[in-house]
Amino acid sequence: MTTDTIEAAAREAVTSACADVRDAEQTDDVDGVRPGLVARPADTGQVSEVMKACAAHDLTVVPRGRGTKLSWGLAPTSADVLLDLSALDQVLDHAAGDLIVAAQAGALLHDVQQVVGEAGQRLALDETVPGSTIGGVLGANTSGPRRTATGTARDLLIGITMVRADGVVAKAGGRVVKNVAGYDIGKLMIGSRGTLGVITDATFRLHPVPAAHRWVSVPVADPARALTVAQAAVHSQVVPTAIEVEWADGTGTLHVLLEGHVDGVAGRAEALRSLLGAEATESEDAPADGATYPWDVTATADRRSTALKLTFVLSGLADVLAAAADTGATLRGSAGSGVVYAALDPDTAVGDVSIALERLRNACTAQGGTTVVVDAPAAVKSAVDAWGPIPALDLMRRVKDQFDPDYRLAPGRFVGGI
Amino acid sequence: MASDSSAGISNVTDVARRLLPEAGVITDRARLRTYECDGLAHYRVTPALVVIPEDAAQLAGLVKACAEHAVPFVARGSGTGLSGGALPHAEGILIVTSRMRAIREVRRDDQRAVVEPGVINLDVTRAATPYGYYYAPDPSSQQICSIGGNVAENSGGAHCLKYGFTTNHVIGADFVTPDGDTVTLGGAAPDSPGYDLLGAVVGSEGTLGIVTSATVRLVRLPEEVRTILVGFKTTDQAGAATSAIISAGIVPAAIEMMDALAIEAAEAAVHCNYPDGAGAVLVIELDGAAIEVEQEYAEVERLCNDNGAFEQRLATDPAERQLIWKGRKSAFAAVGRISPDYIVQDGVIPRTALPEVLKAIADLSASSGVRVANVFHAGDGNLHPLVLFDDEVEGAGDAAETVSGAILDLCIEHGGSITGEHGVGMDKAKYMPRMYTDEDLDTMQLVRCAFDPQNISNPGKVFPTPRLCGEVPGRHKGAHPLQEAGVAEVF
Repeated sequence: MTTDTIEAAAREAVTSACADVRDAEQTDDVDGVRPGLVARPADTGQVSEVMKACAAHDLTVVPRGRGTKLSWGLAPTSADVLLDLSALDQVLDHAAGDLIVAAQAGALLHDVQQVVGEAGQRLALDETVPGSTIGGVLGANTSGPRRTATGTARDLLIGITMVRADGVVAKAGGRVVKNVAGYDIGKLMIGSRGTLGVITDATFRLHPVPAAHRWVSVPVADPARALTVAQAAVHSQVVPTAIEVEWADGTGTLHVLLEGHVDGVAGRAEALRSLLGAEATESEDAPADGATYPWDVTATADRRSTALKLTFVLSGLADVLAAAADTGATLRGSAGSGVVYAALDPDTAVGDVSIALERLRNACTAQGGTTVVVDAPAAVKSAVDAWGPIPALDLMRRVKDQFDPDYRLAPGRFVGGI
Repeated sequence: MASDSSAGISNVTDVARRLLPEAGVITDRARLRTYECDGLAHYRVTPALVVIPEDAAQLAGLVKACAEHAVPFVARGSGTGLSGGALPHAEGILIVTSRMRAIREVRRDDQRAVVEPGVINLDVTRAATPYGYYYAPDPSSQQICSIGGNVAENSGGAHCLKYGFTTNHVIGADFVTPDGDTVTLGGAAPDSPGYDLLGAVVGSEGTLGIVTSATVRLVRLPEEVRTILVGFKTTDQAGAATSAIISAGIVPAAIEMMDALAIEAAEAAVHCNYPDGAGAVLVIELDGAAIEVEQEYAEVERLCNDNGAFEQRLATDPAERQLIWKGRKSAFAAVGRISPDYIVQDGVIPRTALPEVLKAIADLSASSGVRVANVFHAGDGNLHPLVLFDDEVEGAGDAAETVSGAILDLCIEHGGSITGEHGVGMDKAKYMPRMYTDEDLDTMQLVRCAFDPQNISNPGKVFPTPRLCGEVPGRHKGAHPLQEAGVAEVF
């Protein structure tokens, strides 16, 4: 796991495969694990060569974009080579008339949005962690408020190029929105945290940027009221783009985003306000914390919050919010989708984290969902069950065994020790 | 080999007789032949055994028996597929899910329904409508096709442009692996942790196992729906209008196009009263909040006029709306009225390539003398050229086949796909290498090997296998088999 452990021949092979290879430094640590080498390939071909060299010398590999979510999941059991994809940073093709964009994995989501934004379009994925790359968004499957209307990466990704653990380059999907030819490998890669293959480029469908938007917010004094408001918005005819909840200490706010034509948005906002009562307010501006998670995404090591992802059926919102009472958790997320994120302060004792996790997990499970630990200080990760029960785990292992039989890619970071 | 397979079938038949009521086990040769094809009637294979389980436990038991005896199995819903995806295996069993048709739950508050695979697509919408909801993916055959088949083929329909495809609407499933194990994939809540196995299963055409129940998203019925029929002199004008609408930032619920020959066929079949003299019609549907639809309608009307529309009709009541859609949705079967035989093609191109590809198809038609009617989802570039021929004329079938294949090549050349909703099935397996490299296909096989190491789940579909020379894919004669049988009115 350190530079010393990589034999000269292996080092030579990786160096031959890629022009930019260096020894790892502390800033390259993957959740406390120091890689041996950092390889920064220039293109898909070099990624393939690096993977072949690693396969030939039995080296483990952890892919990295800009490192904004590198500590998510569990720490890898081994990381001989950190595969830095930041040089693959190009927006490859924006076909505005076809509403598609192709970008390399290391391209910043922000850059992609800028390019497509010039044509009045957007990739309908919120930048929940500033500085995220396309590959990172896919690997960690991040999503924000707009998922209520346009879904998540799995609903937008239409094509992918990947490099397998054995170095073979493969494509799946294509550059048309409608395509049912062959297996949807892209979906398998989403949220797999680099354990199945290395994404090198991806193609997405785009949406037009609406002419107008408006946030309608209403304070909610208790979980039952939060559910009432969320259900009213969900089942109304105002066509919400997002229904967000902010929650702490047993009380919170619901925010509903409306987007569309100028007059249409004004009319729908008025209709929504009359639905939600006199306390509802209207604003052009997004809520102060916008699309971000309720924890400090820049914190490292023991200064990290325990970051949780909670999912549930829409009618389960009140129970999940109620379960957060007395845990000290701050919650924020998509009440309109059944996905809320929770943060526990870094100073929370491990025992208290365990109790909070159990309480929230019980509530989510009872509401058809799950609770996973997205990130946490090392002491928490080692003390709790980060993923919870995983149905079909044997089948997932069989998929892993086929794609990466030697467990070379990001070993141990994912569910069930995958 | 033959004795091995017959011993295997015999063992599975014994298990079937223990598990199922007598009516659910079909061994009689004449009755087996009823199941020898799906909607692609050109391919016919008589299965060795047909079983019709009534619940998931029976189905899992049958699959387990197949796994133990290495007997191939093929799942079949309503049998409406158009790519031979449910074509039986001669030495295998056909598992028909038509008796598993319970809508178990409609959960309005959660915007979910839980349905069994044999449930008819339209019945999900019928069950959800009283709650103000519907099921968005709507293949043209929605009044007869089953959800299980939709899931297997990832088959969508006109409303996919705005609302997404079947894979975007199925969020959970109970699933029987080719080992006969039952597992849960996804769930009623989003983002289940672990690999998105459900994402791989939807659209895998029954090659990874069988879904025994699906949890689907329900979509709020819109406040307002406007369906507009627009007549143009040429497909170029209709294509330009489509591009203008999308470029204006409008995402209609559907934009469908039919050319002159397709209009002629639809008129002959269902008398839909499309505009006289139209070289192309667009069926445009706008939906959403009433105030937005009003604005979009005005803009669409203007953009169509700007691009040469000579007649626009707004359906003012549900009956008119239904008639407009009836013309479109009956187009495939209607072609049987103007040609004794036809090949339904299902290619996809980037929308901006529409004018170029339509011209190339017209050129192909002119140079070969083979008539091609075009019906398609203009909004998402999913073409359904109908290649017409008369099998009684010597060489006509081969010429049609050549034109049909050339159209797929055009789709691939323009960065498209060989299938947008009908699936690869038996019909297009040989085309897969034109779209994907050996490495791409090998990578897909890794998934197959993980799920089905014995290769018994719908073998011979999707992926190319050595084929005999002279095999002719994709021909249809007259109406769809289910339409002929009086089961479905239109197709």
